[in-house]
Amino acid sequence: MKRVEPLIFDLSSPGRVAYSLPAVDVPAAPLERLLPAGALRGRAPRLPEVSEIDVIRHFVRLSRLNYGVDLGMYPLGSCTMKYSPKINEDAARMAGFTELHPYQPEETVQGALELLYQTQCFLAAIGGVDKVSLQPAAGAHGELTGLLIIKKYHESRGERRNKVIIPDSAHGTNPASAVTCGMETVEVKSDERGGVDLDALAAVLDEGVAALMLTNPNTLGLFDENMRRIAEMVHAKGGLLHYDGANVNAIMGITRPGDAGFDVVHFNLHKTFSTPHGGGGPGAGPVGVKKLLEPFLPVPTVGRDGERFFLEDDRPQSIGRMKSFYGNFNVVVKAYAFIRSLGPDGLKRVSEDAVLNANYLMRRLQPYFDLPYDRHCMHEFVLSGRRQKNENGVRTLDMAKRVLDYGLHPPTNYFPLIVEECLMIEPTESESVETLDEFADVLITIAGEAKENPDVVKSAPHDTPVLRLDEVLAARQLNLRWKKG
Amino acid sequence: MACPQDLLFTRDHEWIRIQPDGTARAGICDFAQEHLGDIVFVELPAVGKAFKQKDVFAVVESVKAASDCYCPAGGTVKEVNARLVDEPATINKDPYGEGWMMVISVASREDLRQLMKPEEYDKYVAEGGGH
Amino acid sequence: MKYLPHTEADRKKMLETIGVSRMEDLFADIPEGVRFKGRLDVPPALSDPELMRHLRELASRNRTVDDYTSYLGGGAYDHFLPSVVDHVASRNEFYTAYTPYQPEVSQGTLQTMYEYQSLMCELLGMDVSNASMYDGATAAAEAALISCRHTERKKAAVAATVHPEWRQVLRTYMWGRDLEVVELPHAGGVTDVERAKALLGPDVACLIVQHPNFFGCLEPVEELEKLAHAAGGLFVAGVDPISLGVLKPPGEYGADFAVGEGQSLGNHLNFGGPYLGFFTCTEKLMRRMPGRISGQTLDANGQRGFVLALATREQHIRREKATSNICSNEALCALAAAVYLTTLGPRGIKHVAELCLHKAHYLHDRVAMLERFKPAFSAPFFKEFVVRSQLPAGRVISGLLEDRIMAGPDVGRFYPDLKDHLLFCVTERRTREELDHLVARLEGSL
Repeated sequence: MKRVEPLIFDLSSPGRVAYSLPAVDVPAAPLERLLPAGALRGRAPRLPEVSEIDVIRHFVRLSRLNYGVDLGMYPLGSCTMKYSPKINEDAARMAGFTELHPYQPEETVQGALELLYQTQCFLAAIGGVDKVSLQPAAGAHGELTGLLIIKKYHESRGERRNKVIIPDSAHGTNPASAVTCGMETVEVKSDERGGVDLDALAAVLDEGVAALMLTNPNTLGLFDENMRRIAEMVHAKGGLLHYDGANVNAIMGITRPGDAGFDVVHFNLHKTFSTPHGGGGPGAGPVGVKKLLEPFLPVPTVGRDGERFFLEDDRPQSIGRMKSFYGNFNVVVKAYAFIRSLGPDGLKRVSEDAVLNANYLMRRLQPYFDLPYDRHCMHEFVLSGRRQKNENGVRTLDMAKRVLDYGLHPPTNYFPLIVEECLMIEPTESESVETLDEFADVLITIAGEAKENPDVVKSAPHDTPVLRLDEVLAARQLNLRWKKG
Repeated sequence: MACPQDLLFTRDHEWIRIQPDGTARAGICDFAQEHLGDIVFVELPAVGKAFKQKDVFAVVESVKAASDCYCPAGGTVKEVNARLVDEPATINKDPYGEGWMMVISVASREDLRQLMKPEEYDKYVAEGGGH
Repeated sequence: MKYLPHTEADRKKMLETIGVSRMEDLFADIPEGVRFKGRLDVPPALSDPELMRHLRELASRNRTVDDYTSYLGGGAYDHFLPSVVDHVASRNEFYTAYTPYQPEVSQGTLQTMYEYQSLMCELLGMDVSNASMYDGATAAAEAALISCRHTERKKAAVAATVHPEWRQVLRTYMWGRDLEVVELPHAGGVTDVERAKALLGPDVACLIVQHPNFFGCLEPVEELEKLAHAAGGLFVAGVDPISLGVLKPPGEYGADFAVGEGQSLGNHLNFGGPYLGFFTCTEKLMRRMPGRISGQTLDANGQRGFVLALATREQHIRREKATSNICSNEALCALAAAVYLTTLGPRGIKHVAELCLHKAHYLHDRVAMLERFKPAFSAPFFKEFVVRSQLPAGRVISGLLEDRIMAGPDVGRFYPDLKDHLLFCVTERRTREELDHLVARLEGSL
């Protein structure tokens, strides 16, 4: 019998406490004397009243309903769900990093500033750019920052350009970020090799184009061999190139976007650089730029003068600030530790093994699923569930749910949009041959079930804490919070 | 379902029916509602708002997608179907009837001439028109 | 290398399965012209003991709020963190989980999100909450963008007493969309209502106010709410969640959006991040909300479960028409906040707020008796207040530092007409002895 964990509100019993604070040790005037009566809270908030043991049991029980990388593989394309090393967690938990107030005098935080400064340098070296800001709090935030930098650059030259070219295979954050800077998106289609269609690109390139946003390898896991040509074409029209760093895991030490013509590069520390995903965040999305865009970087960045590190905010043409303080410092600590653990050879090995793992899985699965692009992939690849849909009425969604019954997490599905019944698979370098084989075997078994026993796939999952959830009901009868009574 | 014979149609699967008093009732077609799946929410325009032909006049949401609805003919919104606020699935059940979305006063008969007649639309759908 | 499981034998077997002889063959698509030659310019790999030694050395060059007595506030606060918070947040199943796009194996994340949303709504008196934004500053900026879209107006008004960094972020975001920002001046540390009236016209989409404001003062929120709504704009209240243990919540004074910085709720200072932007609104504005939201539903067996709701607003479906470009949020920080609020309960949040209030007022009253220091404003305040110093602010800060006290920041860095003013914050962590010691230092040997 399945036990349903109640809401914490339903565990409440008036009078119970889970906190401990001292009595007030200074003269305590009545509240009405210190604050205007109209500003005071009337009714106490209806927060739960529980004991400490209830808090712990409730949240520990909830945690056990979750899947995580520390339990098993997440072959999610473009997410790079690699293992989060525990020494990085220990580093991030040091009081010497967690108990620092952002407004402390700089001489009291030299260790923290040095860590930030070095990370700026490491990312610049990895991306082939000149200067990095660690301020953006997520990839999408980094995209927005990059586009704002590009917008400011064009403005500084007296040009009003408001078009951003985005491939049809792009992640949804790309067009959403473009629109957040007042830009219009122009979609460019991919050719049969999976790269940007050069003729289509030429047709949309004009002097109104601010930027082209690209990730390379793209969301199909393919490296666009025309990268240099694309960069030339865009630059010739006065546009700039923004690199979406979601797929950097494929290329470290092998190629660098800055060398291939990109002017702005953003990184996802919670992907390539192993910081944990936290159930949706926090991540970090640092942005690196070539020299010509340095004046527009957000403030502050960290500077160095010999042995002294300091915050630099004298940047009159900066786009301003993207968030308060300096960025997700505690996330950067983990990425810093990761880079220091691997060194240059280790980082290159990471990318090589990531690419090796993806190609291995692709070839193992090739006989059983449609393979839209039959060529070496990079760190991820796409399959299509078209065959299973046409022959057995089994959709990619069903097969993904069936993977859950085998104790693994399914790959990304229905993205990128240009592949029908898409399955996007990225194993990362963290997985051993045994784990990869286990995953391949599960998908192969399911392909077989789709033929022999399609209903068990269509009604999956069967063995998870909850079965398939009614999203229509969730949307029609919105219940987004607990209400009393 | 062969489409109703008293309507005109757009290539994006909206329909419009001219009423005796010269106003027009509009909504989305059976093809559209089937493609969307269970409709969970409809964002309707404000009464009095004016649209040109092909402007987005409403958004229809299913669980997995949100689709823009394009105005079949330019005009001003006279009435919207309040029933869709609580029962958005009416569009799924009866897209050409109870699932109507708005009534507009048509600004230009020229716009109507751009639209497809029922036989044309049936042919368009049969040939896999739109997506 | 311990994060890379493959042995040479593994690699060989895999290359055979793929049908190539060398790893290099897999990179054939990358043209010579863009191949990186040489080694990345990062330092050579460190073993774990070496890495730990290095990190400890870096950490040792930082002074913490545990080593020193801190009176620093200004948007990041040194509150006491109950032990349970980190124990929960460091559960592997929580911190190594992905975004809950496969809800059947993410009920832990989805239910804790739902509970966080509920707890925030209760605390703030609002109808709906999302599952987090990056921080208070970006939450306020996004509220402004949404207000402009909702009202179809092109200007946001913000009180000058709102945190300077929030206002900077707001300007960046609004400039991005070619929208304008107008600032409402203050008088005596509080927004000047008369002058606000003149600036809140029919072209203003929203008014953003912080309560308590950057100076720690309470704002005339009821009057400002009326002005904003009379002008046809929306009212955005930026609040300190700890203050809501004693202060009336924004839902009770007409806020359309209530946003703010949630770091005080169970999150470490972390040198400025990761923090937690909370974002709530009225039911009317629910579909305008940015970011992820968890919603309740039933599974195929009729059992209660949770899923990501209203997903059609988000970037992965709506793309350029999304309510925001936000994807990754601050989920783990929101989990910490949920545990914190659960741990505190209604009594605890009142208790901690009162401790801050009384201790801050005690310090304030003692400072008021000093020769060379005076409170700058007479408006009611919560846990922070500004002090005008006869000595240069820099000297006060470095003098106190020698005695292991961290004071400030220097308000003059943010408000040029407030040179030699210092912001003092007193939380429940400060004892009477510490407060008396600070006063003695200010009085005496500086």
